[in-house]
Parts: sequence; structure tokens; C-alpha cells
Amino acid sequence: MAEAARDDLPQPAAAPHSLATGGPRRAAGRLAVTLGSLVLLVGLWQVAALIVASPLLPGPMAVLHAFLRASETGTLPRNVAITLGRVAASFAIAMAIGAAIGILLGRSPALDRVFGPWLIVLLNLPALVIIILCYVWFGLTEAAAVTAVSINKIPNVAVTLREGAAALSRDLDEMARVFRFGRGRTLRHVVLPQLAPFFAAAARSGLALTWKIVLVVELLGRSNGVGFELQTAFQLFDVATVLAYALAFTVVVQIIEIGIIQPWERHAGRWRR
Amino acid sequence: MTAVDVLIRAKRFPGPAGGERVLYRDFALAVAPFSFVVLLAPSGLGKTTLLNMIAGLDRDYDGRIGFGTAGPPRIAYAFQSPRLLPWRTVEENVALPLGEDAAARAAARAMLEEVGLADQAQAYPERLSLGQQRRVALARAFALAPDLLLMDEPFVSLDEAGAARLRDLLRRLLARRPATVLFVTHDTREAVELGSRIVRLDGPPARIRRDLAVDLDLAARRGAAGEALRGDLLAP
Repeated sequence: MAEAARDDLPQPAAAPHSLATGGPRRAAGRLAVTLGSLVLLVGLWQVAALIVASPLLPGPMAVLHAFLRASETGTLPRNVAITLGRVAASFAIAMAIGAAIGILLGRSPALDRVFGPWLIVLLNLPALVIIILCYVWFGLTEAAAVTAVSINKIPNVAVTLREGAAALSRDLDEMARVFRFGRGRTLRHVVLPQLAPFFAAAARSGLALTWKIVLVVELLGRSNGVGFELQTAFQLFDVATVLAYALAFTVVVQIIEIGIIQPWERHAGRWRR
Repeated sequence: MTAVDVLIRAKRFPGPAGGERVLYRDFALAVAPFSFVVLLAPSGLGKTTLLNMIAGLDRDYDGRIGFGTAGPPRIAYAFQSPRLLPWRTVEENVALPLGEDAAARAAARAMLEEVGLADQAQAYPERLSLGQQRRVALARAFALAPDLLLMDEPFVSLDEAGAARLRDLLRRLLARRPATVLFVTHDTREAVELGSRIVRLDGPPARIRRDLAVDLDLAARRGAAGEALRGDLLAP
């Protein structure tokens, strides 16, 4: 997936603005192009499956059947829900802790000089290593799984929010001090709105990263969830089921992106000209 | 009854080449209550720094600044740029210094009515013209009913007609809510039209070059007497 490469780079400036551009007609045009592109992809997939003619590369219809089969028994919705729960928990923890660390380091150059290198180390530690260490130290438990995913995500959030906190407007800070806003009002009306684009960037790249790591965590040490089901299908060489789960979860994540993150971003950016 | 007593023994500023520039040395200025003191000086002399020290934003100086009152005075500040919160509506921007309750919002709406922006109350600041944004900044300052109003070239980069309208507005607002005003500018016309006392600085380090009390009515300020005063102010 393309997101994997983007995960390391905070890119708050580009992301939020692109949403506001274009009217409904242009949006409809873009949607048509996207749909056409997806249809083309499915078509190529069908052709490749016909040429290879092997159960190791099932066509779209075979995957759809696998999807319906798994849905009827309830295993697919149940496992997707379990995985989503883990994604939500580790995402929330990582956003909260990562944002706190990032804002602290962004506000204090001294702290950043001391602890900034730790972030670099954590950022470059392979996800798999963190997962193994968490399972070894805390056992094959739910808490260890969620902790492992959170720790993987925290440095990304921290780095993005550090960028935002370092760029906070001094002018507005002085204004808030002269007019005696106090801590609470300054945080809510002056600081957090400036950080909103950085939260959005961290959330977007965070969601993509989190759910991929959750699958690995489930594969290695959980007995349910999409990751566990993928492992089972892998052992049976049931490629159709693997693809059915992968596609189902991709769709769910896209729905979260379009249904939650983008509307929130539009709401937070409603003041822009 | 808020006066301002400034005595700055030394205020240094980091210079461009790593050195230090002395902005103020043994600088004294006494501002009487309810006077309108215009500080007239070219840019780069440290006028903004002086206002920031008085506002308590800059405490890195050797000296003292008193207000002749028991408690700290209510200070409002009209900055060189409006410094509105772009993500809050015009009404919220005016209300926030007062609080977040309904009373603050009502006061903000009344204040916006006074500066002629009632119909823009729910707009976001960036949709307003610069002149309108400056009006909002004035409304925010006066909504506090300040004892001391600091103004740092608050009408800069407006055309002359726009600046004149804002000067009229400022006079009207001050008539209703008298306050001690320290007004920084490099524009002699603005100084002559507004000040009850004009202090021309030069330097650095800044020192008082001229200190004139102005006791003229508005027509005289705008007429020949004002022109003469401008000439007098610019004389070396």
C-alpha cells in the first residue's frame, strides 16, 4: 500500500487544504475517475486469474463467494469487529500519548534536545521487534497486543505534533497573555485549533499504520481477529479467504476515513477562506 | 486612574551579528492618567518593545514600570496586525477576553454594534477586509473597558480614508470609555490628530527629542495649526 511509505513523513500542510478544493461537479468527476480506475483493476485481476487458472490466484467472483461464506457464518463480521476494537484502542492511546509527548517537545527545545533522539530510535525500531518484546515481557495478552501497536504508533504522532507545536504563533500567544485568557481558554481557543491540521495528518497516517500492525500482532499472538483468520487461511492456502478479509477490512478503513476523519477535518477547517 | 511610570535603566536586544544592541538606557517617561500620549519615532527604535515591556510581555529589562494603582491595571493592546483568532468568529474573538458565558457574548455583540460590525458577528475574521479586522481588534480592546490602552501603529497599511474613519471611531470609543492611551506611530498626521501629548523619540538608544502638549480642537488639528505642529515636530 502507498501509505506505508508516507507513514514516516509528517505532511500536515498538504493534506488538509486539498479537501476544500473543487465544487460538487469536480467531485463527481473525480469519483467517476476513481470508480473507473477500480473497475479496470478488477478487470485486470479477472483476466490474470483466467490466464493463471489456479486456486492460488482466485478471481473476483471466487473472492466474493469466500466473502459471502465467511459473512453468513458470522465469522468475518465478528473478527472484523474484534480487530476494529483493537485498532480503536491502540489508536486512541497512541494519539493521546504521542500528542502529549509531541507538544511537550515542540514547546521545549531543551527537552527536545534530550529526548528527540529517543524518538528517532523508536521511529526506526521495526514493528516486529516491538511486538515480540511486548509479548515476551507482558505475555500473550490483549493488553500486550494493544500496547505493542500503540508503541509502534506513538513516535509518528509525536514527531508530527512536535512540528505543529514548534510552529505555534507567538503573536497569538502574546495576544492571549495580554488579554488574560488563562491556561484553559488559551489551550482550547488558541493552541488546539493551530494543531488541528497536525492532528488530522497524524490521525490519517496513524489509522493506516495502526491497522496493518494490528494484523501482525493478531497473527503472532491472538486467537481471534482478522490477523488470526488470515493466518488460518494461509495455513490452508485459502487465498480467496485471505483476499476477502483484506478487501473487507480495507473497505472498513476507507469508510472511517471518509465518514469520520474527512468530515472532522472539514469542520475544523471551516474558517478557511 | 491609571498612570504609567516608566524607568528603564537598560534594555538590550540581541543584534544581528550575535552582538547586543542597547535599545534603552536611563529612559524615563511619565504618562498622566487619561492622557493620550503619542510616541512618534522611526521604525526599529524599539517602540513595540517598550509597549511589550509595559504590557508585561517582555520582562527581560533592568528597570521598573509602575501604574500608580493598587492592583494591576486592566490593559488592552491593539497590535500592529489585528491578531484575531482566524478559527473563531468575530463575536467570539471580541467575547473571549471577557469570558465564555452568555454575558460575555452579549457584551461583545453590543461592542460590535458600536464599531459598526454587528452584521459580521458570525463571520470568520479572514473573510473581513483589513479595515474591518482592525475594527474588530478595537472592539476587543474596548470591550474590556481597559484602564490602559496600548496601541502599536494600529491603523498602519490602510488607505488614508480608511485610517481617518478608524481615527474617528477611536475618538468616539474613547469619549464613551475614557482610558489612558499610549499610541505608537511614525505618522505625524496621526500623531497631531489624536494626541494630547506627543513625544518624539530618536536614537538608539531611544531618548526623548521633543515633548509637546497639544491643546487644540479637532478642526485646528486638521487645519493650519495642525500643519504648523507637524512642521514643528519634524524640525531637527
